[in-house]
Amino acid sequence: MDHILVAKNVTKTYGNSTALRNISLQIPKNSIYGLLGPNGAGKTTFIRIINQITHQDSGEIMLNGEPLAQKHIASIGYLPEERGLYKGMKVGEQALYLAQLKGLSKNEAKIRLKYWFDRLDIGDWWDKKIQELSKGMAQKIQFIVTVLHEPKLLIFDEPFSGFDPINANIIKDEILQLKENGTSIIFSTHRMESVEELCEYIALIHKSEKILDGKLSDIKKAYKNNVFNVGLQVEKDAKELMQSITQKFNVLSSEIDVVEHQLNFKVQLSTSQTGNVLSELSKMANINRFEETIPSANDIFIQTVNNKDNGK
Amino acid sequence: MANKLGLIIKREYLAKVRNRSFIVMTILSPLLIVGMIVLIAYLAKINDNGTRVISVLNESAFFQEELKPSKNISYVHFDDLTLEQAKDSTNSLEYYGLLYIPNGTTVEEVAKATYLFAKDNPNTSVTQELELMFQKKLRQDRLQKLGVSPKQFSNIENPFEINLSTFAGEKSMKGINEIKAFIGGAFGYAIMMFIIIYGGFVMRSVIEEKTSRIIEVIISSVKPFQLMLGKIIGNSLAGITQFTIWVVSASVLMFFAVLIFGIDLTALSSNSAMPHNTMGTMPQLGTMDNEMMMYAKEIYDIPWGLLIFSFFIYFILGYLIYSSIYAAIGAAVDNETDTQQFIFPIILPLMLAIYVGFFSVFSNPHGPIAVGFSLFPLTSPIVMLMRLPGGIGEGGVPLWQFLLSIFLLIITFFGIVSLAAKIYRTGILMYGKKPTYKELIKWLRY
Repeated sequence: MDHILVAKNVTKTYGNSTALRNISLQIPKNSIYGLLGPNGAGKTTFIRIINQITHQDSGEIMLNGEPLAQKHIASIGYLPEERGLYKGMKVGEQALYLAQLKGLSKNEAKIRLKYWFDRLDIGDWWDKKIQELSKGMAQKIQFIVTVLHEPKLLIFDEPFSGFDPINANIIKDEILQLKENGTSIIFSTHRMESVEELCEYIALIHKSEKILDGKLSDIKKAYKNNVFNVGLQVEKDAKELMQSITQKFNVLSSEIDVVEHQLNFKVQLSTSQTGNVLSELSKMANINRFEETIPSANDIFIQTVNNKDNGK
Repeated sequence: MANKLGLIIKREYLAKVRNRSFIVMTILSPLLIVGMIVLIAYLAKINDNGTRVISVLNESAFFQEELKPSKNISYVHFDDLTLEQAKDSTNSLEYYGLLYIPNGTTVEEVAKATYLFAKDNPNTSVTQELELMFQKKLRQDRLQKLGVSPKQFSNIENPFEINLSTFAGEKSMKGINEIKAFIGGAFGYAIMMFIIIYGGFVMRSVIEEKTSRIIEVIISSVKPFQLMLGKIIGNSLAGITQFTIWVVSASVLMFFAVLIFGIDLTALSSNSAMPHNTMGTMPQLGTMDNEMMMYAKEIYDIPWGLLIFSFFIYFILGYLIYSSIYAAIGAAVDNETDTQQFIFPIILPLMLAIYVGFFSVFSNPHGPIAVGFSLFPLTSPIVMLMRLPGGIGEGGVPLWQFLLSIFLLIITFFGIVSLAAKIYRTGILMYGKKPTYKELIKWLRY
């Protein structure tokens, strides 16, 4: 597979503290890659190294097959977590300035800005000053400025913070559209629901080290542990039934809904047991639910970090 | 790359120039300065114009000719009045005072018994003038007793001033060192003000980028060093613009103020500048003109070309050094209130330069202290400029000192800028920490 960015053994220290230790990552082209980790794990440092704001102490980074160099600035778009705009400057002027710093000509920048301003429905903001806009409005402008020079690699650090749900959705759709158009996207966040929605690949960084990476679906598969949610419709005594089930299987938790005559429980099975269980249960009651639990990105995140902390 | 630097300079310049308080300051300052000068001149005029009328009751045979009206005082003579009557008339006519000279046989006796009556404590310039008049008369009288005729006396009275010359044979002038140092000092002072004001602009601009959180967006496009450099250049161009507007508009305003209000600018300075001339008598005016001509020639002889040329060199180097320190400070802090502890050490050498300049360069432009401070890079832009009106070479600053100070400035410039850039690079991405000096030193090693 083709990779937009390959990092090999990247290490960065600040004085006595290590921000990144031997990080190696491959970020596939034309995908959304989630860079996850608790606060202070080193995500931002890694992103800053890609943007050449700081430089690694050792290790190398290849962008599109070439060693990362100053000229690549024009092919990267970066929306930092700590972001803002000049308060006293007009929206249009400011967007033009930032676009020109990324290497666009003034005319080209104007044409593209007009397109984006219309697209996000903010055409009449051109002559407003930033201090007159709300935080969410300013975020839209920052988003436009980030993608305007059509970079091959986009890096979003917590892109949805500051957006209301409606605008967050608009931005999410724009990100997906950009991916459709062939852009590779690095997406740094600790909001797991957006990871589930967007990311195909993830890497988990914790305490300066990469502790997990790969395709999200593969990771989920690997984290499945044969726990099933079962729902039974019962007519008679639910308690008695539950007891007999508990004797036979490793039930993790259960609840009885008296009003609905429903018995719900979570059961841990061994890999060979599945078919067996189904036939046994169907003799006892009506099965109306039987599904394998798939760990959420959130579960995986917490579990992996805790395992690591508890000193494996 | 150069293109991006241009963009940054342009943005910084426009942001500064369009700033409302900048515009207000640019327009208001010349008005205020000229207004102040006009006001002072006006007040001085009111103060002076009160030629005081003093009534004189002279019962003696002396002091008939001496009481001539002067710039300060005019006299009204009362005859055949008693002292009480004279006092009453003086009061009712609202004269400044009454000079009572009683009758007596000798000048000595009369002078001793003379009184000046006034409503309250009379102005010192009035009493001084009267005292001088009496002193002169007494001296003349005493000498006359020793056989000196009035004509001989007036010959004796001619004041004396020593003639000065350089070894080269040119006639040199008293006070010219002070004037030269003063002109250099004015240039040095301008540099100091410029550094403090526009260095502060740079610092605030860095803080603004930090607090508005735009900094990370920008430095993902340009190198921090470029941004810092663009900021320094853009702000100094804005400063130069403001400076030029000030000088031009203040001159124009001053010109009109002089025309409209008829202010005699020389009156402002003549009172204090040359005290020995207030005693001067009429015949001295001829030599005065001569003297003025020589001062004018000396001032004309100051190497203005060199002075202005070196003003720009020292200004540019000095400003670059100091404003990069200001930029580093701006990067290190989160808001302006935290800057105080760092700003004081910067202003210190500047103040030192001004004071050392005024105290040592004025009295001895080429003494060891003046030389030392004019070589030390943090003070040299100011102190060297104070020495330079004497020219370079013989009688002035030795060429090697001039070149060495520029050389040291350039070395320091590269040193300071690279250190400042390191602090800047680290500082702009640090939030919420109030840094200590120890922390800053650590940043230098990142």
